[in-house]
Amino acid sequence: MKRAGAVALNTFREAVRDRVLYNLVFFALLMMAAAIFVGQISIGVEEMVIKSLGLTAISVIGLLIAVFIGVGLVYKEMDKRTLYALLAKPVRRWEFLLGKFAGLVLTLAVNTVAMAAGLFAALLYVKRHLESADAVLLVAIFFILLKLMLVVALALLFSCYSTPLLAILYTSAFYVAGMFVEEMRTFRAETLSPQMAAFLRGLSYLLPNLENFNVMAAAAHGRAVPGALILQNTAYAALYCTLVLLIAMAVFSRRNLK
Amino acid sequence: MPAIEIENLTKDYPYGFLHLKKRRSLEGLTMQVEAGEVFGFLGPNGAGKSTTIKLLVGLIFPEAGTARILGKPISDIAMHRHIGYLPEQPYFYDYLTAAEVLDYFARFHDLSAADRRERVARMLKKVGLETAGKIQLRKYSKGMLQRVGLAQAILHEPPVVILDEPMSGLDPIGRREVRDIILELKGEGRTVLFSTHILSDAEMLCDRVGVIVSGKLRGVGAPEKIVGVAAQGMEILFELAQVEGSASAAILAKATKTGDRYRLQVAEEGLYAELEQLRGAGAKILAVAQVKPSLEEYFMNLIEAGRAQAAAIEVSEE
Amino acid sequence: MTAGNWRGSVLLVVLAVGFAGVWQLQHQIDDQRTTLHQERDDLVLRSGKLLKALSLEYTPLLADLYWTRVVQYYGYKRAKHEANFELLWPLLDVTTTLDPNLLIAYRFGSTFLAEPAPRGAGRPDLGIALLERGLQANPEYWRFYEDLGFVYYFELKDYAKAAQAFAEGGKNPGAQIWMKVMAAKIAAEGESLSTSIFLWNDVYQTANDPAVKENALLHLQLLRVEEDCKQLDALADEFQKRLGRRPTRVNELIQAGLLPRLPVDPKGYPYVFGPDGKAALNLDSPLLEQQLLNQSSK
Repeated sequence: MKRAGAVALNTFREAVRDRVLYNLVFFALLMMAAAIFVGQISIGVEEMVIKSLGLTAISVIGLLIAVFIGVGLVYKEMDKRTLYALLAKPVRRWEFLLGKFAGLVLTLAVNTVAMAAGLFAALLYVKRHLESADAVLLVAIFFILLKLMLVVALALLFSCYSTPLLAILYTSAFYVAGMFVEEMRTFRAETLSPQMAAFLRGLSYLLPNLENFNVMAAAAHGRAVPGALILQNTAYAALYCTLVLLIAMAVFSRRNLK
Repeated sequence: MPAIEIENLTKDYPYGFLHLKKRRSLEGLTMQVEAGEVFGFLGPNGAGKSTTIKLLVGLIFPEAGTARILGKPISDIAMHRHIGYLPEQPYFYDYLTAAEVLDYFARFHDLSAADRRERVARMLKKVGLETAGKIQLRKYSKGMLQRVGLAQAILHEPPVVILDEPMSGLDPIGRREVRDIILELKGEGRTVLFSTHILSDAEMLCDRVGVIVSGKLRGVGAPEKIVGVAAQGMEILFELAQVEGSASAAILAKATKTGDRYRLQVAEEGLYAELEQLRGAGAKILAVAQVKPSLEEYFMNLIEAGRAQAAAIEVSEE
Repeated sequence: MTAGNWRGSVLLVVLAVGFAGVWQLQHQIDDQRTTLHQERDDLVLRSGKLLKALSLEYTPLLADLYWTRVVQYYGYKRAKHEANFELLWPLLDVTTTLDPNLLIAYRFGSTFLAEPAPRGAGRPDLGIALLERGLQANPEYWRFYEDLGFVYYFELKDYAKAAQAFAEGGKNPGAQIWMKVMAAKIAAEGESLSTSIFLWNDVYQTANDPAVKENALLHLQLLRVEEDCKQLDALADEFQKRLGRRPTRVNELIQAGLLPRLPVDPKGYPYVFGPDGKAALNLDSPLLEQQLLNQSSK
């Protein structure tokens, strides 16, 4: 486990030294500023606009980082052959994967916290004080982080056997599917055969449902999120990530490097 | 116990559309490397040297066969504690400095933090990268990268060191440094297995060599012995200013002339008789040496034979 | 079994169990989330103009996205049997600002804005506003006049304006002839069963959107019920003339030779006579609920 930790820290270090990260964070903070500006145009809903746009920015930026760094996590090491020397050490392949995963999640966590601070700063600037209702924002941000964890796990899986371009396509496909999972449930049986509708409905329960983590409406209006949902979502993310990582480990453990 | 035992190792590479066709890159390799020896893996490009090494280190998996290092099977990760590996054309995280890379790799061995620091410093010195230790690897030359690679391979003082083309891309000074390090490792009692296609290096360093051509092991043994054939006699190099008499003319007829010098080949038994004759003729003896086929000739013959075989197989497959 | 196979089987079992857990959790989360949501989501930016400015060269794409939201919003509300369509107008407002030529948005929008609850927002005034905007941007699309006439006729019961709308639309050389006919008929008669049936039938035939078609069908069915009941009442009057009393059951009409067989409503349920002696829908018929809702909103 210490070895996985070493890989994780190195992955984190790599992300931090990658200048792309800073550009993205800067862009996110820019969006916060824009949110303040836009909020002032839509009268009476300043606060809501800042919260919505702010959360959107955190989610979008986080997603970009998760996907673009995620798909290269394993591929880059295989392609550049940095992995060769590493695997000759007494480290198991699954420890390596776990470390990569943890490193990127750590990067995202740090990133998200930074942007959340920016969001709260923007809010303070506009409202002059914070209320307890604003704590819902923290839940929303936590949910975003859970969502990002899932996306990273998927990106990691695809990174194990695909080139980055394909992996981006696969991950994006899963992301889009994840957003529309709920539509699958209400597909009218007119357009499809009943078996197809039942199959899609079943599939919709197994695909990663990223809408679970979307509480932006509640957060924007300061409505509380039930504690049960927090527990369930955490369990869901943890379970799903574990499953995806297990598959990734299985795929990678017998992979012949070039 | 031999340090490395390989038995019937076989590896296929899929290629072509949908990876349906297979190319057998290693066929039934069986050999051993004794503890404490320097073993050279020779062969042309694509012969299977790198494949064998990657199989040993666990980067790829064999179709058939087994191998053991220090008695432990290659599937055992714990065995990696006792090996050091330098990959072909090494590349490391270019955003790290040499010190950071070595420290990173060192964390995978059970060393205390203080030990790690000390080893990293010692290794940097050993491979001559003391001053460059704090510079990011993206600024390193190939030779410097190779040295970093060597450092991470021997950092944990493994009894078995496996190097894939350690001399490739280095200038003569770099090559000499690597050779020195290999001899140092041998002096420390470690087993060194390295692959190369530079024959003179193999001749100079190795206790034994193994020659692989087209995926098959063609021969194993000490460099001198592997060429198989015993010395083919002696050769006398001499100069003769004046030709006097029929005796000298007879000798000169047998010799080949290059510029002012003559070479004369003689069976070992008749050496002294010929020398007397030349002395009588007033020749100036420049050198007397054994005639033996070079490793290079032996090597080229093997390759030719291998190619012919491969061509024959291709023809029969069509 | 080799170690590798063993591990593979264990992995498969773990995955199967794991995904079963995912299945279970997902259901729980779904339940939890429906209690959380009162509105599916909110419309943060209601200013169509602002969005248009922000969308740069992607305006048509954004229009499509908002149009998709309109359809989803409507579908979701109907699926959950919720009658609150308060976001329908803002969404349509934004959509048509982003793309003034999105004809279907106007047609669909005006239909369900004007339609009373529970099938629509019950805001015929907004429907009119939407259509007038549509006409401004697409003056040659005569069907908007048809839709205008529709709203005036059915929801606002303003027959003068309805006739006017049909007449205007009929002026378009591409319009169908019946527009002029309809203008005259409505100007003369106001509301009539035959006019209503004709208009709804036209919608049913020409609409592409399944929601609109379904709605039109329902209206046609209710109108058919009205027609049938009228005929039954006429027959009941005849019965009274002959036998001196009103019939209590439709069977009596058959026995009296006035009907060949038991008449049924479009859903297959036989008509009955209500306590007031007038023909009415069978209590079991699903159309009864719709009819009551229709009547309560009038």
